[in-house]
Amino acid sequence: MIEQEYLIAPPKRLIAINWKELWRYRDLFLVLAWRDISVRYKQTALGVLWAIFQPIVNMVIFTFIFNRMAGIGSGDGTPYPIFLYVGQLFWIYYSGTLTNASNSLVTNAQLIQKVYFPRLIIPATAATTGLVDLCISALILAGMMVYYGFVPSLVGIAILPVLLLTAVLSAMGLGLFLSAINVKYRDVRYALPFFIQTLMYVTPVIYPVSLLDKHPLAKGLMLWLNPISGVISNARAGILGKSPVQWDVLAISLSVSIAFFLFGLYYFRSTERYFADIA
Amino acid sequence: MSKPIIEIENIGKKYRIGANKERYLSLRDEISNFVSPAARRARAAKGEFWALKNVSFSVKEGEAVGIIGRNGAGKSTLLKVLSQITPPTEGKIKLRGRIASLLEVGTGFHPELTGRENIYLNGAILGMTRREIARKFDEIVAFAEVEKFLDTPVKRYSSGMYVRLAFAVAAHLEPEILVVDEVLAVGDAEFQKKCLGKMGDVAKSGRTVLFVSHNMGAISELCPTCVHLSKGQVHSTGCSKDVIAGYLESNQSSGRIDLTAFDADRTGDGPMRVTSLATSDAQGRIKASFDYGEPIMFEVEVDGAKGRNITLAVTVRNNLGNIVIQFNSANDTDGLKLPSDLSKIGILLPDNILVDGKYYVTVWLGDGMNILNDRAGDCLSFAVESSSQKQGRVFGCVRVGAEWTVEPSPAAADT
Repeated sequence: MIEQEYLIAPPKRLIAINWKELWRYRDLFLVLAWRDISVRYKQTALGVLWAIFQPIVNMVIFTFIFNRMAGIGSGDGTPYPIFLYVGQLFWIYYSGTLTNASNSLVTNAQLIQKVYFPRLIIPATAATTGLVDLCISALILAGMMVYYGFVPSLVGIAILPVLLLTAVLSAMGLGLFLSAINVKYRDVRYALPFFIQTLMYVTPVIYPVSLLDKHPLAKGLMLWLNPISGVISNARAGILGKSPVQWDVLAISLSVSIAFFLFGLYYFRSTERYFADIA
Repeated sequence: MSKPIIEIENIGKKYRIGANKERYLSLRDEISNFVSPAARRARAAKGEFWALKNVSFSVKEGEAVGIIGRNGAGKSTLLKVLSQITPPTEGKIKLRGRIASLLEVGTGFHPELTGRENIYLNGAILGMTRREIARKFDEIVAFAEVEKFLDTPVKRYSSGMYVRLAFAVAAHLEPEILVVDEVLAVGDAEFQKKCLGKMGDVAKSGRTVLFVSHNMGAISELCPTCVHLSKGQVHSTGCSKDVIAGYLESNQSSGRIDLTAFDADRTGDGPMRVTSLATSDAQGRIKASFDYGEPIMFEVEVDGAKGRNITLAVTVRNNLGNIVIQFNSANDTDGLKLPSDLSKIGILLPDNILVDGKYYVTVWLGDGMNILNDRAGDCLSFAVESSSQKQGRVFGCVRVGAEWTVEPSPAAADT
């Protein structure tokens, strides 16, 4: 038998992340992620089709309203539906992850109060499950690319993991922060839908970034404060190949995301020990 | 193994009273706390509550230790601190082995998932690896007796099946230290027995077990040693028999209550007051525990009733709240007339026919016209515990001996 000593003592201000322990709990992470995925569409008639239903219906409606009626175009000659779809693909993942991660601790309060495990697992699970929906709706994108005759560039495929990583890190960063606050102030639950709706208007989902060329300040703010905007504009550039990949934008988005993530992680870690007392 | 497997040193856990309210504490309060540290300190000092204070004891490897105490004594808090669910405010605990805690059965069960899926889910939550679960899968299923329903979502399970499955997963944990909170209080009697047996096996297999329960029988059967917590502190530790006896004694009512300031369940504001209530034996010794058949004397002290007629009723309820007996002066006497302002009235139940259990006494005082002056509800308790020679198969609220006769049936005489 391996002799191991564990010490339980009043917490210090901030404890370093126990990677060894996280690794030991990997099975729990996998099982919880699997639970969320398999439970998601239980007892629904359409099942997994719901993952593509929302983006497709949104695409039809938004194309009609913003493109046909309001006259917003893609700015570089890309057909609007596919332009919109790429933006939505990342936006739905981002907003969904943010919502799920922010509510995750409250949803799993019962677990937190009864069992010990690294609390990070819970919001991390929320960020992972959205990836499944993302993959499924990416299939539709593939179909659309065939239909519209787009061939992704090599560079485009190469930056995809970086784009995903940026999206995951920034959603997780905000999600960690908001989930920890949500444990104490349930205001988050009510503010979040409104926040996400607002966020969508300052993210180039339905319009191209080039629309902001005449407003450099707004464009700069968007770039620096909203990492997902850089992800979406570069995803379009990379996947559809109508405009070049902006490496500077990508670098900024990735760095800002990392900063978000570290901040969220710091806040989460410094509050997590009291989750069970106040959840 | 010389060093103890669990060493608890001066553990304290402080909560703020009103934490429930603070959960939804407004941002405004938080800002005022931030701006004015003095206001914050004032608020904090007002409602501090030590759920645990200076708790120290150690457990040797392979020991099974029971933790007893009244509600609110800190048992569950101690288990939560031990399982790292909540951090202690002071002190430290050294654990020399992996700990698994079972504070509830079926934590994390998902109603939409099947029995099979929930075994894996729950197992992982309790700290088992997938390989471990797979290895014990058949054993778990057999223990829970749910073979036929493995692929049915657990939301369609009966509550009994649900609990059985939940306990079965937990029972197959193999940590070095197992912490169990009151989980045996679920399920039917037979399953409880099975669970208790399983717990016994775990304890005998050399694992260290910490077991919280209100079931003294289970504790004394499973755990040779015991810790008695009271108001967040260790009251006593040692051999289970002694600790449990001490606990039960401290739990008993003294047999007499001063009612001058009693206001829990008090009605009536007449001039005549009941000032105390007591139970005593035939010799007048005040006590709170009686044998079956032993006479019980209820003593009521009344003030402010000199020369007046009174009606006095004493009601005895069992622990289900049902009235078992009521003594009423209007039935048994032609009216009680009290000689002095402060009088003592005795009501003797010569042959106590109550079955074993705990009883609660209510006293009702009215004037000669039956107008309520003073009433104190369930203000005193006493227990009936038959001595071993008087124990028997008893059902119902009272136990009365009957006369039994046996003779040939008239029909038999005809043939």
